[in-house]
Amino acid sequence: MTLIHISTEINGDEQEFVCNPDESLLDVLRDRLNLTGAKEGCGTGDCGACSVTLNGRLVCACLVLGAEADGQKIETIEGMADGSNLHPLQRIFIEEAALQCGVCTPGILIAAKALLEINPNPTETEIRYWLAGNLCRCTGYDKIIRAVQLAAAELNGE
Amino acid sequence: MTDQATPKQEFKIIGRRVPRPDGIAKVTGEAAYGADIQVSGMLHARVLRSPHAHARIVSLDVSDALALKGVKAVVTSEDFERDLPAKFQDIADNCLARGKVLYDGHGIAAVAAVSKSIAKQALALIRVEYEVLRHVTDVDAAMLNDAPVLHVGRVQETVPAGYSQNVTNYIEFGHGDMDAGFAAADIVMERTYKTAAVHQGYIEPNACLATLAADGRGDLWVCTQGQYMVRENCCTILGLEVGKLRVTASEIGGGFGGKTTTFVEPIALALSRKAGRPVKLVLSREEVLKATGPTVSSSIDVKIGIMNDGRMTAGHATVRYQGGAFPCGTAKFGAQAAFGCYDLPAVRTEGFGVTTNRPKEAHYRAPGAPPAVYAVESLIDELCQELGLDPLDVRLTNAARKGTVATYGPTFNDIGLEAILKKVADHPHYSAPLEANQARGLACGFWFNFGGDTSVSLSINADGTASVVEGNPDIGGSRASISMMAAEELGIPYENVRTIIADTGSLGFNNVTDGSRVTFAVGLATIKAARAAKDEMCARAAKIWGIDNDAVEWVDGCAQPAGPNAGNYPPMALAEIAAVSSQTGGPIAGHHEVNVDGAGVGFGVHLADVEVDPETGATKVVRYTAFQDVGKAVHPDYVEGQMQGGAVQGIGWALNEEYVYGDDGKLQNAGFLDYRIPVASDLPFIATEILEIPNPGHPYGVRGVGETPIVPPLGAVSNAVSRAIGVRMRSLPMSPSKVLAALPED
Repeated sequence: MTLIHISTEINGDEQEFVCNPDESLLDVLRDRLNLTGAKEGCGTGDCGACSVTLNGRLVCACLVLGAEADGQKIETIEGMADGSNLHPLQRIFIEEAALQCGVCTPGILIAAKALLEINPNPTETEIRYWLAGNLCRCTGYDKIIRAVQLAAAELNGE
Repeated sequence: MTDQATPKQEFKIIGRRVPRPDGIAKVTGEAAYGADIQVSGMLHARVLRSPHAHARIVSLDVSDALALKGVKAVVTSEDFERDLPAKFQDIADNCLARGKVLYDGHGIAAVAAVSKSIAKQALALIRVEYEVLRHVTDVDAAMLNDAPVLHVGRVQETVPAGYSQNVTNYIEFGHGDMDAGFAAADIVMERTYKTAAVHQGYIEPNACLATLAADGRGDLWVCTQGQYMVRENCCTILGLEVGKLRVTASEIGGGFGGKTTTFVEPIALALSRKAGRPVKLVLSREEVLKATGPTVSSSIDVKIGIMNDGRMTAGHATVRYQGGAFPCGTAKFGAQAAFGCYDLPAVRTEGFGVTTNRPKEAHYRAPGAPPAVYAVESLIDELCQELGLDPLDVRLTNAARKGTVATYGPTFNDIGLEAILKKVADHPHYSAPLEANQARGLACGFWFNFGGDTSVSLSINADGTASVVEGNPDIGGSRASISMMAAEELGIPYENVRTIIADTGSLGFNNVTDGSRVTFAVGLATIKAARAAKDEMCARAAKIWGIDNDAVEWVDGCAQPAGPNAGNYPPMALAEIAAVSSQTGGPIAGHHEVNVDGAGVGFGVHLADVEVDPETGATKVVRYTAFQDVGKAVHPDYVEGQMQGGAVQGIGWALNEEYVYGDDGKLQNAGFLDYRIPVASDLPFIATEILEIPNPGHPYGVRGVGETPIVPPLGAVSNAVSRAIGVRMRSLPMSPSKVLAALPED
């Protein structure tokens, strides 16, 4: 197979890579760029552990081809903190014990951030439905939902 | 060993909600899980799996696969040791089939290649000729004499006559005069209940990276609940010396019991040994569901005799558990746990373990208890409805107490079931109003908890900080709890302790992270290691002061003279003693190695309010409260997290989750779209009520917490649904179609 040359922007930095035509964006991130924060929980878009944003839109990286990233902007969990300053969602997830094993956490944080950018004041129900595509097997979601509510309040200056 | 002293009651750090030490790594994507590392020269492995539920392997030819450019090794069961003890032979045969494939998805051969895509191409070049055999996937059908048999000659002596050879295990427990017990009852009721097999559903698929050199030295990076268990299994299956294989546990993306055995590690090591290069093996979700262990499915008879006032006079339960393709002892736990919550004058429980053409059962959170307890809690609820009794009153009347002789033999010590039930009675949830199509269900739950082999090493650093080395993968925040217990004991700030999880070469043996044992047993060993370090620090202070060792005591993080007669010296803080350790005899450390006994049993009671849509049969949980006696909550956030997570896994078991097999014996729903675990929009907040009745077996009163919470929800949700629709449901999951079919026609 002939490799395809791709130019993209990841977490604000220019990034070039080559990939096979059938290679997923998730495999590119993890295997070629060593950005392993996005996880493969299913490979079929059912679990959300590989959530990233593509031009600001929440996607499953396992359902996007690496080649589709050409000329696009990608944000991953590795770009969420500002240097050593955690994003409020990240900090509040630790404070509120909203993670146990932590393997779904990067995807849930990316998804929650995408929610708060388009809906800064979500109801509990809106948070639950938005995150319904991100499976967590440890927490029963209770502390995750509470952490997102608290982060929303903080980001709104409440 | 049991610590008989009264547990400590006053704490400075225990009970606080401190930030977990691995928090930042896990919210930034930095934490490294099983599939997250790569090394130079690394190959990618894939496993060829059976398309048949049951077939003889007539021939297996890997030569074309091996000839493909980029393929570096192919392994089959021929690459494993032979004639192993049954426990290890079964694990080896489950990784790669020997002679017969026993279920849809059973591994046959594996390939290591320079890329994932070449490994995949190579699988298509392996030629297998099968002789397809009759199969059986249902537990009751598998027990019949004319059922297709998986293994010949594996039936234990205890198994009664009259069954097929698939019934490999039988065990019974109990005490009292059963005939007299049932004769004394006002009503005797007997019912049969069924539960489906469900998967642990950890989000991180099984993964490892293996290096095994020609001289027998190996390194293995793996997501597991027990690196020492992996070492033992792999060394036995591959004929390696234990001391030469170093196993490092990665961060683990969920386990729930499912990662207490080996599915991929011996394959990756065998491939690496043949190829002479590191080999990474990561399972797909489909492989996880098809070829790693779900829990048992069950068929259970329960018979209870009861007086009109709610006093139970006798109870009998027979649990039939299918454990998949190899003999499985989990029925024992079901038989032991079934009536664990109750004080019965006469009780008998029997457990049958049955092999079927399904993946081998792996432990799942309180293995064996949820189905058996669901059946008992369901029948008690039926009896309450029959007699017009309050389900909480009946539980209180019959609750096990201190001094109760448990079904499985021991006499209970300090336990909290009665206190929990009284707390439930006073809780606002128990009297909250219900709306149309809603009902409330209550159920109790019991789990044994476990201690086991444990090693901990603790070093006092020259700057006054402490390093704790333990050997149990952290599946729910245990590094925080261990650090808290070390800091509490040493009298230094939590922030001054860092706990790491050792590889198998860096610390003595530890049992796997199971049995709700880590915070209890590793915590106990950590406290003892800290006490050893404190004794040494007191001795150093005594040396500096020139007084006897026993004239020095440890108070609030300082050595001080034990009384006015010991001498007048200002207290020396831990950091001061540590700073001069080189001049007083050398480095200061403490360690403790022990087989921990005294794990206090766990009890929980759950309340579930559900609403059933009469149009669709769909059930929504609208209110939920989990009550549990935890002994002492070291880190309440993570105790609540265990209770909430266990409750939701139980809700999934009750309502959605199910291994669905076709008549062809193939798994129909091997993906998260069709095998549906609860999602955020399915659920309400899960309220928790923690009771702390100290466990006399732990210096701080700690009990195991993690497993008990999955035991009550099956019964609680089923009792609620049954009351909401006015029809008793006796089979899980209560999927919308099943509920709709059960609804009375108008």
